[in-house]
Amino acid sequence: MRRLATIAGLAFLFSIPLWLGNFYLLHVCIITGIFIIAAMSLNLLLGYTGQLSLGHAAFFGIGAYVSSLASLGFEVHLLPDWLVTVDPKPVWFGMACAVVVTGLCGWAIGRIAFKVRGAYFVIVTISFAEVVRLVALNWDELTQGPMALNNIPPLSLVIPGLLDITFIGKVANYYLVLVFAILSYGIIARLVRSRAGRAMIALKENEALAASVGIDVTKYLVLATVMSAAIAGAAGALYAHYVRIVDPNVFLFIYTVTMVIMVVAGGKGTLAGPVVGGVIFGLLPEGLRSLAIAPEVQWIVYGILMILVVYLLPQGIVPALRPFLQHRRHLDAQKQPPADIPASEAMS
Amino acid sequence: MDQLLQHCLNALVLGGTYALLGIGLTLIFGIMRVVNFTHGELYSFGAYMMFMFVMLLHLDFFLSLVLAMLLGIALGAAIEFLLLRKLRGADIDTTMLVMIGAWIAMQNLEQLVWSGVAKSIKTPFPSSPLVMGALSVSWNRLFVLAVALGLILCTYALVNRTRLGRAMRATFQDPDTAALMGVDIGTIYMSTFALGSGLAAAAGALLGPIFVVTPTMGDLASLKAFAIVILGGLGNIVGATIGGFILAFIEELGAGYISSGYRDAMGFLLIIAILLVRPTGLFSRKERIG
Amino acid sequence: MTAETPRIALTVERLSIRFGGLTAVENMSFSVHEGEVVSLIGPNGAGKTSAFNAITGYLPAAAGDIAYRGKRLNGLKPNRIAELGVVRTFQKTSVFAGQTVIDNILIGLHLRSRQYPTAILLRFPFVAREEKELLEEAHEILRFVGINAPAAELASSLPYGELRLLEVAVALAARPTLLLLDEPVSGMNPTETANFMKTLTRIRARDITVLLVEHDMKIVMGVSDRVVCLNQGRIIAAGAPLEIQRDPDVIRAYLGERYARAQD
Repeated sequence: MRRLATIAGLAFLFSIPLWLGNFYLLHVCIITGIFIIAAMSLNLLLGYTGQLSLGHAAFFGIGAYVSSLASLGFEVHLLPDWLVTVDPKPVWFGMACAVVVTGLCGWAIGRIAFKVRGAYFVIVTISFAEVVRLVALNWDELTQGPMALNNIPPLSLVIPGLLDITFIGKVANYYLVLVFAILSYGIIARLVRSRAGRAMIALKENEALAASVGIDVTKYLVLATVMSAAIAGAAGALYAHYVRIVDPNVFLFIYTVTMVIMVVAGGKGTLAGPVVGGVIFGLLPEGLRSLAIAPEVQWIVYGILMILVVYLLPQGIVPALRPFLQHRRHLDAQKQPPADIPASEAMS
Repeated sequence: MDQLLQHCLNALVLGGTYALLGIGLTLIFGIMRVVNFTHGELYSFGAYMMFMFVMLLHLDFFLSLVLAMLLGIALGAAIEFLLLRKLRGADIDTTMLVMIGAWIAMQNLEQLVWSGVAKSIKTPFPSSPLVMGALSVSWNRLFVLAVALGLILCTYALVNRTRLGRAMRATFQDPDTAALMGVDIGTIYMSTFALGSGLAAAAGALLGPIFVVTPTMGDLASLKAFAIVILGGLGNIVGATIGGFILAFIEELGAGYISSGYRDAMGFLLIIAILLVRPTGLFSRKERIG
Repeated sequence: MTAETPRIALTVERLSIRFGGLTAVENMSFSVHEGEVVSLIGPNGAGKTSAFNAITGYLPAAAGDIAYRGKRLNGLKPNRIAELGVVRTFQKTSVFAGQTVIDNILIGLHLRSRQYPTAILLRFPFVAREEKELLEEAHEILRFVGINAPAAELASSLPYGELRLLEVAVALAARPTLLLLDEPVSGMNPTETANFMKTLTRIRARDITVLLVEHDMKIVMGVSDRVVCLNQGRIIAAGAPLEIQRDPDVIRAYLGERYARAQD
C-alpha cells in the first residue's frame, strides 16, 4: 500500500513539467525543491539531533559560493604579495568541492556545539552566518561583494559517446533538483532508521542516558552536523548553477528562518515534515502574490501563520495527520515488521 | 593619540545604548529562558515612536522620549500576555519560533506603515559639538550617554533593591520554589518582558535621532544584544553593561584601525572566540542575577 | 557460589568527591567481586549517587582510584566506561520519553550493533540483517525484564512501575558485566518490588555483577551478598547483610525504624 503511494507520488512529481504550462510556476517548483533539500538537512540537525542551529543559510550560501567560484575561477591576494589563481573547473567538480567545504564547516560547528550548549549555541550559529555574510559582502576581491558573481555556468555532464547533458533552463533543472531531492531524502531516511540515527535521537531525548549506554555524544553530534551541512551545501550549489547569479543575500537570516518554518511547521523529527512544510511555505508566497497583496502583507501572514502553527499544531502538521493515516496501516501491522523499518512505524 | 581618544569617546556613547539593549535581553533571556527575537523590533519601535511624536505630532523632544519608552513597556507587556503566557512551560524551541513569527510580522507591519524610506528625527540640541581640546562630541550624544547611564543605574537599583527585583531574582534562581514562596510568576514574567522591552525601546528612541530610522534597524541590534548577553552571562546586569561597552569599543577601534566594512563582524567573531574558551560566557555567575 | 575466591571486578580506593566546597564523598574504599550483588545503603545525601556518578564518569574524582577488571576508570567519558561493560541507571526516571518502548531498547543496543555510517549509507547487506537481529534481541530483553506494555507504546505513557522496568531493560541492552542500579524500586508498590526481586535474581543468574543503591531493606537483605553502609560521605560499615543489620553504627545512622518496618 505504502509502496504504491510512493510510486504514484514520484510519478506525479516526474510528470509535472509535462503538463505545467506556466514556466514561472515551474521556477517556483524548482526553488521550492531546493529549499526542501535544505530544510530536510536542517531537520536532521534540528529535528532529529535536537540542536538549535539557526545559521543554516550559512551552509547553503557557502555551498553556493564555493561551487560558483570553483567553476568561474578566481584570483585573490591571500597576502599583499601572494596571488592565488584558480582556473575554472568543471561544474560537477565545483559542486563536489561545495559539499566537501560545507561538510568541513559542519564539522567545526559540530565540535563547537558540543562545548557550547542550548541557547548559547543558537547565538553562535546566528553569529556565524552573520560573519560569513559580512565576509562575502566585504571581501570583494574574491566574491565581488554586492556586485554578485555573475554568469555562473550551468552543470553539464559529458561522458564522450554516452552522455552530453547541460542543465540549463527550467525543465532540465527541475529534474536535476528532483533527483537530488530524492537522493537527499533517501540518504537521510537511511541514516535516521539505523543505529546512527537512533544515536542522534537519543542525544536529543536524553543525553546523559545516551552516554550511559555507550553512545559517543561528540561523534554523533559531529556526524549530524557534517551531513546536515553537506546536504545544505549541495542545495546551495544547485541554486547557484540554476539562477547563475549569487550575491551575499543568500546568507540572510530570513532564509534560515524560512527553512526553520518549513521544518517546524511540517513536523520536526519526521521524514515527511520538511517536505510538507517546504511545499506549503514554498508555494504560499506565490499564492499570496496572486491575490495581489503587497509583499509586506505576505510576510505578516507568514509570521502569524507560524505563531498559529506553534499554538495549534505544536508537533507540526505531519504528526497531527498521523492518526488519520494510521488507521489504514493498522491492517499491515499484523505481519512481522520488515528489517529496515523501525518496529514502531510498522506496528502503528 | 587624539584619534584613539576620539574613538574611545564614541565607543562610550555607543556602549551606553548597547548596554541598555543587552540588559533588557539578558533579563528576559535569563529569567524567562525565552530566545526573544522581538527585542530588535522593540528597538525600532522606540525609534519610530520618537519619529511619530517629534516629527509628526510636534511634541516636546524629552516628553517624546519618555512616551516612547512607556509605549515600549506597554508593547512588551502586550507581547508577553498575548503570545507567551499560554506557552509557559513549553520548551525553548517553541517559544523561539513564536518569537520569530512575531518578529517577522512586526517588522513587516512597520515597513507597511512607515515605508522603507529612512526617517530622520530633529533634536533640540545645538548642532555644533562640544569641543574639549582635540576631542569633540555632539551634545546629542552626550545626552544619550547620560540618559543611558541613568537608565542602567535605575534598572540595577530596581533589580537589586526593590521587592519586585527580589522576586525576579528568586524566579531566576528557581521558579518552582519562588512560586511556592508566594511569588506570582505570571506578574514577574510580564514585568520582566515589559522592562526588557522598555529598555530596548529607550535605546531605539535615544539612537534614532543620531542615526536614521529604518524598518530593519532592529535586526543588527538584536544580534548584538544576543552577543552582549553571551559576553556578560545570562541574567547578569553588570556583565551585560560591561559587555555592551566592550562590544562598542571593539567595534569602534576595529572600524577605526582595521577595517570599517567588517565593523559589525568584529563583535560576532569576538563572541564566537569567547564561547569557545568559556562556553558559558565571560562573566557568568550561574546562580545569580543582578 | 563456587568454592574458590571470586575475582575482584570493581575496586574503589580512597575515592573523594568534592564540588563547590562541599565534600560529597571522603576517602571511600571498597571492592566488588565478580558475580556478587553489593548494596550501598545510607541516609539521603550520604554520597551514594555521587559515588555512582564518579564510577561511571559523570563526576570527576577529586582523589582516589577507580578500576574495573584492572582498567582505570578515572577520567574516562561515560560512553567509554559503558564500552568496558559498566552500565548504570539513574535515580531520577530516565528513559527516552518521546520514543516507543521497543525503540528505547534498540537505542540501548547501540554497543551491540556493528553498523557504521558508511555501511549504513551504502546499504551493506549486514545492516539489514543486523536490524532484524537487534529487533529480536530487543523483544527478548522486554520479556526477560517482564515488561507487559506493548512494544509500540510511547515510553512517556507507561505507568510508573513499567517505566522503571524499562530503565533497567535499556541498561541491560548495553550488555553490562557490571550493572549499577540507582534506587531501582523507589516508588514501586510491594507487588512490583517483589517482581523486581525476581528480575534481579535472573540478572544475577546471567553472571552480571550488580552494585545497588537502595533504601528498600527487603530488597537489600533479600538479594545482597554484601552491604556497604555510607553516612556523610564515609563508609561506616561493610559486611554480610545480617552483620550490617546488627551493626550499632548503621542502626544509629538510619537503619533503625526502616529495619523495623521491613520486618513486618
